[in-house]
Amino acid sequence: MPLHRPESLSAALELLQGGRAVALAGGTDLYPALRDGTPPPEMVDLTRVDGLRGISRSETGWRIGGATTWTQVLKADLPPLFNGLKAAAREVGSVQIQNTGTVAGNLCNASPAADGVPALLALDAEVELAAPSGTRRMPLGDFITGPRATHLAPGEILTALLIPEADGRGAFFKLGARRYLVISIAMVSAVVETEGDAIKSARLAVGACSPVARRLPALEAALAGKTISQAGQAALTYDYPELSPIDDVRAGAGYRREAVATLVARAIGQAALTDKEVPHVA
Amino acid sequence: MSLDAPQGHIGFTLNGAEITVPADPTARLSEVLRERAGARDVKVGCNAGDCGACTVLLDGAPVCACMIAAGQAQGCEIETQAGLVARDRDAERLAQSFQRHQAAQCGICTPGMMVSAVALLRSGEALTEDSVSDALGGVLCRCTGYRKIIAAVLDASTTAPLAEGGIGAPIARLDGWPKVNGSERFGDDVAPADALTVQVIRAPFHRASFRFGDLEAFRKENALELILTAQNVPGENRFGVIPGFEDQPVFAEGETRFRGEAVAAVIGNREALAAMGRFPVTWEELPSVLTPEGADTAALLHEDRAANVMCRGYVARGNAAEAMGRAAHVVSGDFSTGFIEHGYIEPEAASARRVGDRIEVQCCTQAPFMNRDGIAGIMGLAPEQVRILPTATGGGFGSKLDLTAQPYVALAAWILNRPVRLAYTRTESIATSTKRHPSQVHMEIGADAEGRISAVRFDGVFNTGAYASWGPTVANRVPIHASGPYKTPNYEAKSAGIHTNTAPAGAFRGFGVPQSAVAQEQLYDLLAEKLNMDRLAFRRLNCLGNGDPTVTGQVFETGMGIDACFDALKPHWDKALAEAEAFNATNTAKKRGVGIAAGWYGCGNTSISNPSTIRAGITPEGTLCLHQGAVDIGQGANTVIAQIFAEALGVPVGQITILGPDTDITPDAGKTSASRQTYISGNAARLCGAALRAKILRLGNVSEEATITLEDGGITLSDAGTTVRVELEPSEGYAIEAVESYDPPTTPLDENGQGDPYAVFGTAAQICELEVDMALGTVRLLRIVAAHDVGRAINPLLVEGQIEGGVAQGIGLALMEEFLPGRTENLHDYLIPTIGDVPPIESLVIESGDAHGPYGAKGLGEHCLIPTAPAVLNAIAHATGARVHHLPATPDTVRAAIRAAGTGT
Repeated sequence: MPLHRPESLSAALELLQGGRAVALAGGTDLYPALRDGTPPPEMVDLTRVDGLRGISRSETGWRIGGATTWTQVLKADLPPLFNGLKAAAREVGSVQIQNTGTVAGNLCNASPAADGVPALLALDAEVELAAPSGTRRMPLGDFITGPRATHLAPGEILTALLIPEADGRGAFFKLGARRYLVISIAMVSAVVETEGDAIKSARLAVGACSPVARRLPALEAALAGKTISQAGQAALTYDYPELSPIDDVRAGAGYRREAVATLVARAIGQAALTDKEVPHVA
Repeated sequence: MSLDAPQGHIGFTLNGAEITVPADPTARLSEVLRERAGARDVKVGCNAGDCGACTVLLDGAPVCACMIAAGQAQGCEIETQAGLVARDRDAERLAQSFQRHQAAQCGICTPGMMVSAVALLRSGEALTEDSVSDALGGVLCRCTGYRKIIAAVLDASTTAPLAEGGIGAPIARLDGWPKVNGSERFGDDVAPADALTVQVIRAPFHRASFRFGDLEAFRKENALELILTAQNVPGENRFGVIPGFEDQPVFAEGETRFRGEAVAAVIGNREALAAMGRFPVTWEELPSVLTPEGADTAALLHEDRAANVMCRGYVARGNAAEAMGRAAHVVSGDFSTGFIEHGYIEPEAASARRVGDRIEVQCCTQAPFMNRDGIAGIMGLAPEQVRILPTATGGGFGSKLDLTAQPYVALAAWILNRPVRLAYTRTESIATSTKRHPSQVHMEIGADAEGRISAVRFDGVFNTGAYASWGPTVANRVPIHASGPYKTPNYEAKSAGIHTNTAPAGAFRGFGVPQSAVAQEQLYDLLAEKLNMDRLAFRRLNCLGNGDPTVTGQVFETGMGIDACFDALKPHWDKALAEAEAFNATNTAKKRGVGIAAGWYGCGNTSISNPSTIRAGITPEGTLCLHQGAVDIGQGANTVIAQIFAEALGVPVGQITILGPDTDITPDAGKTSASRQTYISGNAARLCGAALRAKILRLGNVSEEATITLEDGGITLSDAGTTVRVELEPSEGYAIEAVESYDPPTTPLDENGQGDPYAVFGTAAQICELEVDMALGTVRLLRIVAAHDVGRAINPLLVEGQIEGGVAQGIGLALMEEFLPGRTENLHDYLIPTIGDVPPIESLVIESGDAHGPYGAKGLGEHCLIPTAPAVLNAIAHATGARVHHLPATPDTVRAAIRAAGTGT
């Protein structure tokens, strides 16, 4: 039962060709999904691949290596634009899971309730995908296609998240039925840029209320020029056609739809008004 | 792979020692640490990162070892609880603090808690309740309610000495040090290295018929040692816990009655089981019924139980119908609760070996002698041919009374004459172990114009699942308790246990009483509101006092202390109400509320004999041995029983060597259930200590007042200034010994349920303060104040531990827990409270004494959670004006209630 531990991207990609080996990073989705069963016969550990771990800044934006852990995100020195992402990192499972679980793993696992996705969507993140033939980029919103489904081709590696530089501040709220180690009922992330009392731009995303977390373009457009309080009202009266919440063991669809409106209104206010640490709402 | 370790091996530093072990690099690190590196202080509770019990430090960072590929640890430094406590001064101080605060109860989560806490201590981050909670939020505990764990971490840097003393002293757990230094051994930790493994084949449907293929061919093809089915059961293929209700097969025959029911078991080495092909069984799903609705017309689960009614319970006093008609005020309502999973962090585990014509079973259990007799019946052996060796038990709460893994390992070890082991997976544990009964209650309460309760009618339907288990106990207990601890002159209570195609509902802390309290205590609030009375004053007016008859006509002349509980809560109640009012005057998005509820619980079995026996002896060398068979599942029996025994004998607790539990050497101290060990086994220990003392004093011919000092080979007796030494004669066994039993005085109940079902009742009342987010329906608990009449606190710290743990389970019942067969069979869909969900708990311990309890002590275990859920629900109603009738009160349920009440936005 080999476990390969390549240190270069080319070696990792080579090992993943042929479709036999399974990519492993933090293991926090892979092992639970085995449901006590036997691990895959061959795995490629991506956590030691050079350049896959860490956060760096260029002239145009930010690069988060795919194998960056949530703890690394939480501890990184990042501007208020990333407040939502940091708050999301804090809500990923537990310290144990944050210490090993990776950003790319969260995206490739493509759970509708993935904690990292709404914040990254609101940051206009792109994914960088590497194959032996070269790399390609794709908006995160296009990358995840459904529950547990992505455009990751066989043998491809999600090497990084690329986030354009922007002004504005982030916020994130996770709604669950207990304090820690909880799968979301709903999640909302916002990135808001203000000019005086008015909103200059707002980017909003909602998770766990549709097969894939969604941005809210119509509401975002409607918020430009509004005051924070007007924006909150707009969020409460918006009908959220982007969402298709379901009934499950965590909550009913109707509740999710109603709670999202409340959370969006609060997230806008949080992102726009304060630089206090994002509080937990659930 | 690195070249540092030979092929097929992994090298790492474990607790400072560089080691290389043979291991599959894709295997879970937790498994490799436990099975290859001997680190059985790494516990496996879920294999999914949901419980944190397997937390280790990997290069200094806490991680769940169940989600790390062993090969990823190549060359890393791994630290576990045992290594940390042995090698790290801060960790050792933390262990002492855990002892001092009794932060370990059963001890199964303790490794994960302590390892996570060491990482926090090393980080240099300021220690606050928030930082401790964040650091430990990934580790679940089901016993403690987390508060003592938080306190222990906050206090980790000090080195205060442990308390000492006898009755009434908050001494550390006598069995606590192994739990905090990593040497405690639970069900799966004692499995012999050469043991074969059992895997149970279980039904995938709620109800199904099935046929096996060629089992012998499958066995050979897959290199299995043995396949067990119903045909291999030499004795009776059925077991149970209540005489006349032994209805559960070890292996189903022809048809399965619930999802997860066993039909076969395969036994082989781990490699063979991992590589095993699809087991040859074909299933045909059959129509099933999962709730009591429709069960009366569904196919019978048991031919002799018409309409799928397992049994009914009934208590009547006065004339409830007539009194209800005359009542000035009447309230009524329907309430329901769901299946509740015990959620102990240690899944069921057992191992067995055959020794000649005897079978020895090591297992986590609450009832070794019942297990012994059950195994004997299944195997067609005499009870004496079965030896049960309980390991440390990582939480029980009722479900580890019943047989689970034991029959499979016993049968396999017997047939193969080789050691065999089985540890349930988390999914197997949740899907197949017993549950708290779902309840549907209709209740009606009437009061006179002055607010005195005049009549109560109660009708409770309980889903007892596919098999009886402890269902009859629930059906009997509920009508006796559904009045709550209140004067109820006219009363009629009915209960029914209904079979459905679900996991058996059985014993769970409170045996149905928490469910009935959810209805009764919420209706009390509605009645107080109608009467325009303060809710505490209304309860105080109606509560039972000494000399008042209960609903079964039983009268306690002493020790009915519920009035004192309410009186103790009064200042807290007034303060909490004022604070909530002030908060609500200036806040609209969030509203605060205060709730109160009470509860009572009769200790021991209902109207039947349930004795305990305790034995003690002094060896010729002067060692004092206590044969303590009252299983300690974390609640503290090892400490309480020893404290009582030491007091009665008149020696320091530290001189006692505790032996057992072991059915070969400890007499039957009954089961750890029904809040009976402190009261019943405690009385046996008191009698045993007194008997031993009398024998010793006689040997020295000294008075009752003499002081006993145990020494090498003798005993020194000091009496009124004179000293006598008694030499201990060499002998095969003990030089002096005593064996004593105690059985509570109860009487049978008549056809109306009248009589004295229990010799001792304990009572409690709790206040809950909370805050509700009106738009989201989320509930944040602020504080619980819990007043408990325990008669006499043998060990006040253990009393607090029981209260805090019970409150936490009550919080789960109220706010988040529900087992849905086939849907919430893991610890991320079935939610239990985390460290962030249990608020500060203030315990007010009332000691009103008791006529029967040892030194006045009553039982406590079940009482703690009975008032919690209704107190939470009453506080939600106070905050929001909305009442939740159907649990759990998850955010969507609370929000729906707020919308229905029209009190939100």
